[in-house]
Amino acid sequence: MKIVVCIKQVPDTAGGVKFNPDGTLDRGAMLTIMNPDDKAGLEAALRLKDQYGAEVTVVTMGLPKAEEVLREAMAMGADKGVLVTDRVLGGADTWATSTTLAGAIRNLDYDLIITGRQAIDGDTAQVGPQISEHLDIPVISYAQDIKIEGDSVVVERQYEDRYHVVKAKMPCLITALSELNEPRYMTPGGIFDAYKQEITVWGRADLKDVDDANLGLKGSPTKIAKASDKVRKGAGEKVSLDPDESVSYIVDKLKVKHVI
Amino acid sequence: MNLEEYKGVYVFAQQVDNEISSIAFELLGKAKDLAKDLDTKEVTAVLIGSGVKGLADQLAEYGADKVIVVDDPELKDYRTEPYAHALASVINKYKPEIMLVGATAIGRDLGPRVSARVATGLTADCTVLEIGDFPLQAVPGQEQLHNQLLMTRPAFGGNTIATIACPYNRPQMATVRAGVMQKIDPIKGAKANVEEFNPGFTPDNKYVEILDIVKSVAETVDIMDAKILVSGGRGVGSPENFKILEDLAEVLGGTVSCSRAVVDSGWKPKDLQVGQTGKTVRPNVYFAIGISGAIQHVAGMEESDIIVAINKDADAPIFDVADYGVVGDLNKIVPKLTEALKAEIAAAK
Repeated sequence: MKIVVCIKQVPDTAGGVKFNPDGTLDRGAMLTIMNPDDKAGLEAALRLKDQYGAEVTVVTMGLPKAEEVLREAMAMGADKGVLVTDRVLGGADTWATSTTLAGAIRNLDYDLIITGRQAIDGDTAQVGPQISEHLDIPVISYAQDIKIEGDSVVVERQYEDRYHVVKAKMPCLITALSELNEPRYMTPGGIFDAYKQEITVWGRADLKDVDDANLGLKGSPTKIAKASDKVRKGAGEKVSLDPDESVSYIVDKLKVKHVI
Repeated sequence: MNLEEYKGVYVFAQQVDNEISSIAFELLGKAKDLAKDLDTKEVTAVLIGSGVKGLADQLAEYGADKVIVVDDPELKDYRTEPYAHALASVINKYKPEIMLVGATAIGRDLGPRVSARVATGLTADCTVLEIGDFPLQAVPGQEQLHNQLLMTRPAFGGNTIATIACPYNRPQMATVRAGVMQKIDPIKGAKANVEEFNPGFTPDNKYVEILDIVKSVAETVDIMDAKILVSGGRGVGSPENFKILEDLAEVLGGTVSCSRAVVDSGWKPKDLQVGQTGKTVRPNVYFAIGISGAIQHVAGMEESDIIVAINKDADAPIFDVADYGVVGDLNKIVPKLTEALKAEIAAAK
């Protein structure tokens, strides 16, 4: 079985958020990590590899620096890494990103494609389903469990108040939730091997069956009209009183606001 | 793509088990606002399912002028392909200018699949939608387009906010988080122009098979619908100690919710989780009790009308968003607060 896992290098917003003195986000000072949902997707692929035997190829699109997450994935146990990087691909929205990744994946053999549900920088959850559309294969989003049965996958697909047990014929694309598993650590041997291996680097010319009109900033249907660091509602009052006074304080405020 | 052909504001009217989801009514409320600012005033709901035609009146009561019903046995339970085929076919036939979809576990799967199929942009998880110009200010050498859908959304875990347009493709598609837009007061007896449309459904490789549907034990109230939320974090200390929060919630007719740390510790189920990876809530009053206020949590509750925080750590970031912050021991304050409120409410009767 051949599995392609799409991963993304993202700024670490969880705990690693840094601000400039003027209150704007200091992106340069933030660490980058493998996107958590993608890491869960990779772990799911590696478990399928352990259980059924599989070749796992990780694919990322980004700046040359994104090679780091491919090395990390290979140190965890992925077999091959593909970096899709090209100046003309920059500034892509989800449509242009999914078009690019689909163009790369068309060069690969796959039974299963796994992506994270969403990346913590954009939070859109769109790229996985859009890749599946470009490749004309089924998608199962929000996977909380993945099993292989013959030439099909059986997936628990999460909804707000239920889950569906869904069966799809491969090839198929699955988007993984970070709740799916606890990703393994890199092993020292794995790290050593990962840095010995070649990473495949593809540019625009290597993408299969894609139109320039659908790539990069120019090929993105959505355009940013304005972006700003969020202005938060300012802090209100803060009091430090004994418990009885604290209670009176809260009760008074709720009365003033007509809550009670 | 002739952009002029695309007219009207459309809403995907999500239903589950033939019951319309609250998000559909919220989207209709917003769609009415948007339609007012456009040349075509009509709001259309797209109702997809099996045996769902009878639900059209409800959509009319919440503001739909027209309801397009796609009814087919293949559409009984949500599956990506037949639903994407239904919605994409509606878009190709009726050519809406704007297509709104709920940012639910269904909509966040359906939206991207459909937008890719009809080759347009999709902006995810919008919190503000308005009609305006793109670019916002006129730029020499670039035509300023009017009557564009401007879609505002948070990114970077709620740290940044971006306004996005889709000026050269149609429809302009957005998913909108539940609980953000306001539904209108229902107009009793309102009727919509109902039109049935079936594009034909032929199962292919993309049709998955549903082997089983497992419903979680229903919580009494969805936290997104609650007017008052009493939310606890790791500082509550134990699952048993949530009893004092439940007592407070009961007195106020509210509901208990929690932070991610509480769910990760297995104290409370996931559907009570507020925050970036949980639910976005905007109750009238949000009590943050023993919640430090990580940015991911704040992103899910900062739109609440009134935020009351109780935390023993005076430097906890939750105080940066609280209207009323109380530094102190929740174990001493919360039970007394419950008693005091009980007395106040009894006295007011």
